[in-house]
Amino acid sequence: MTDTTPPSLYKAREPIFPRRVKGRFRTLKWWLMGLTLGIYYITPWLRWDRGPHLPDQAVLIDLAGRRFFFFMIEIWPHEFYFVAGLLIMAGLGLFLFTSALGRVWCGYACPQTVWTDLFILVERWIEGDRNARLRLFHQKLNREKLAKRLVKWAVWLLIGLLTGGAWVFYFADAPLLLDNLIYWQAPMVAYTTITVLTLTTFFFGGFFREQICIYACPWPRIQSAMLDEDSLTVGYRFWRGEPRGHKQKEPEIPTQSTQGDCIDCRACVNVCPMGIDIREGQQLACITCALCIDACDDVMDKVGQPRGLIGYMSLTDEAAEIAGAKTKPIWAHIFRVRTLIYTVLWAGVGVFLITALFLRSDIDISLSPLRNPTYVTLKDGTIRNIYDLRLRNKLGDNMTYQITVTGAQAFTLALEGQASDFVKVNADETFSQRIYIDAPAESEAARDERSDLRLWVTALSDGTRQSHDTVFNGKDD
Amino acid sequence: MTKPVKTDKKTEVETTGHSWDGIEELNNPLPRWWLYTFYLCIIFALGYSVAYPAWPMLTRATPGFLGDSTRQDVADDIARFDAANAAIKARLVEVDLTAIAQDPTLLQFATNQGAAIFRTNCAQCHGLGAAGVQQSGYPNLLDDDWLWGGDINAIHTTITHGIRNQSDPDAGYSQMPSFGTDALLSKIEIAAVAQHLRLISGQDYDAALVSQGAALFAENCAVCHGDAGLGNRDLGAPNLTDAIWLYGGSTKNITASITKARFGVMPNWSPRLSEDAIRAVAIYVHGLGGGE
Repeated sequence: MTDTTPPSLYKAREPIFPRRVKGRFRTLKWWLMGLTLGIYYITPWLRWDRGPHLPDQAVLIDLAGRRFFFFMIEIWPHEFYFVAGLLIMAGLGLFLFTSALGRVWCGYACPQTVWTDLFILVERWIEGDRNARLRLFHQKLNREKLAKRLVKWAVWLLIGLLTGGAWVFYFADAPLLLDNLIYWQAPMVAYTTITVLTLTTFFFGGFFREQICIYACPWPRIQSAMLDEDSLTVGYRFWRGEPRGHKQKEPEIPTQSTQGDCIDCRACVNVCPMGIDIREGQQLACITCALCIDACDDVMDKVGQPRGLIGYMSLTDEAAEIAGAKTKPIWAHIFRVRTLIYTVLWAGVGVFLITALFLRSDIDISLSPLRNPTYVTLKDGTIRNIYDLRLRNKLGDNMTYQITVTGAQAFTLALEGQASDFVKVNADETFSQRIYIDAPAESEAARDERSDLRLWVTALSDGTRQSHDTVFNGKDD
Repeated sequence: MTKPVKTDKKTEVETTGHSWDGIEELNNPLPRWWLYTFYLCIIFALGYSVAYPAWPMLTRATPGFLGDSTRQDVADDIARFDAANAAIKARLVEVDLTAIAQDPTLLQFATNQGAAIFRTNCAQCHGLGAAGVQQSGYPNLLDDDWLWGGDINAIHTTITHGIRNQSDPDAGYSQMPSFGTDALLSKIEIAAVAQHLRLISGQDYDAALVSQGAALFAENCAVCHGDAGLGNRDLGAPNLTDAIWLYGGSTKNITASITKARFGVMPNWSPRLSEDAIRAVAIYVHGLGGGE
């Protein structure tokens, strides 16, 4: 290289103007966009009756009250393993889908993809399709350009506002919060969150777009380690398409045309939201949104060639097709040992969580013996153990419980500050009570180092009871 | 000085010239927004260092024109909590001590407050778990035996004035004679009294010594501890018939106590602690299991 000026260290983003496309995958993606956005926006407004003492919002993350409500399920902080389990399932699910269908998450369901898709749709409505947008981009700033830009940004900001606005409804009673938001009475954190999410949606969907996937997101890097030669990805059948070029109207010897099927119309490049050329092979920037498949199929129909010059395929298909062998059917790509193992693991965690969900009791007991000291001697020689009892009432009703103790020894039980052994625990609350368990002087429990005992908590209303085993520390002399 | 520039064949991008095991680094340009983000961070940092305490000077850092101070934040937080608790603290002082237990809000506040104050001021002697230290004669507050009384008023008085201290004339006061070191009783007589105490507290005893011990007890000890050894709370004289021994109930420990007359000292917590704090600790101690 003879040029002595060093190359620029920094590169401006090359603007991308994806063209409109119609086809199977585009239609599927419209439906998926409607579904995912619908779930996101509507969920906080669903109601679920839990009785008079609990919120009636179907999905609610109550940070202040440390509760998570999901339809019939209520999760307390000590049951956080459910969240961990769900995250593990989400992770395994992504592994499963990636090994079977490649970057299907990136292409169809990732919020960055879905919102960018929505923003491009808005852009197209206001500024026109690819050619009109290109013209507008190169045009000097005049009234028309300014007007279109401002309207577009206003709509983007509105979408951003709705997005950020919907987010906060998951954390508080939605109708009440909306009312408070409108009358400027909501907590500051709600406004801050909405502002931040509005701006990130606006910038990520409107301006950063593919750069988030290429520069910011760790997922493409992780995914490349989970794809294998059987994973379905979007690919270009270069053995069929090359050498590319415009078709001659009448080839001299029609049966021995040297031209491939690709007519180099760049339809696949023009529709790509990532601004890449799929004909260069698998690459990091490709999110497998499959829009190039729709674009190419359309062109192939027009020039009278079979569809599928660009299509879903795997590396094994590629090798087989080049060799002229039969390719594997699609189910053989999806049902493999690897995907089955992922499915089994995923389902295993799911079954565990569901089992755990049904095995949960409505009364939750935790009993912590005081270790400092392990026992107290009373005047008459009685040996006393002190415990801190915590009862969690997971029901929607206020409950009264009777606390009793059983064991091989004759234990007596007393509640600090209470004359009886009944305690009242309000709905959805934790109740703490210090309890004393006494063993008479010279009894076996008082003398032995340790004795087993069982604490019973019985609901007065219906007699359901729950037990908790612990030990009694004696003098051991 | 221009280094020979190599170009990667496949991508036709210049390399940096660095090579690791034959793997070369492409000299791709950074995205420009990245650069702008970097500039923004510098501008933010400059602004931040002017607005907030940042540059270390001789005595303290530059204060920053926003006047932010984490020390002040803590002071404000404390003042805020004090203000928020002012009403309930006032109520704690106003109501009758025995009425606090009937008011769940007040009881809970006093218990929590008292636990914190106990850990700060009382745990040094009585232990974090309030079990006392027998070797040193710090009383166990979890049991139902009280030297100076175990109802809420007595506990409150003890905490307020302390025991056997010089600074509060109302402190509980009593002093047992050192029967051994002051030669009031001989060693054999002390051993006899010790065996009598073993007997009345329901422990093994030496039958040969108890009758002499009983006589000596009536003569020397009963004036404070009572004829039956049940103690006297007005004098802080322990009950000698129960299972609880301040310094331990073995023959050796009893003998040592009679010989040297061991007793403890407790400071007066008024005016070191405010009345609401003393009441809170009293409620906490009363609620440890032995309160009367």
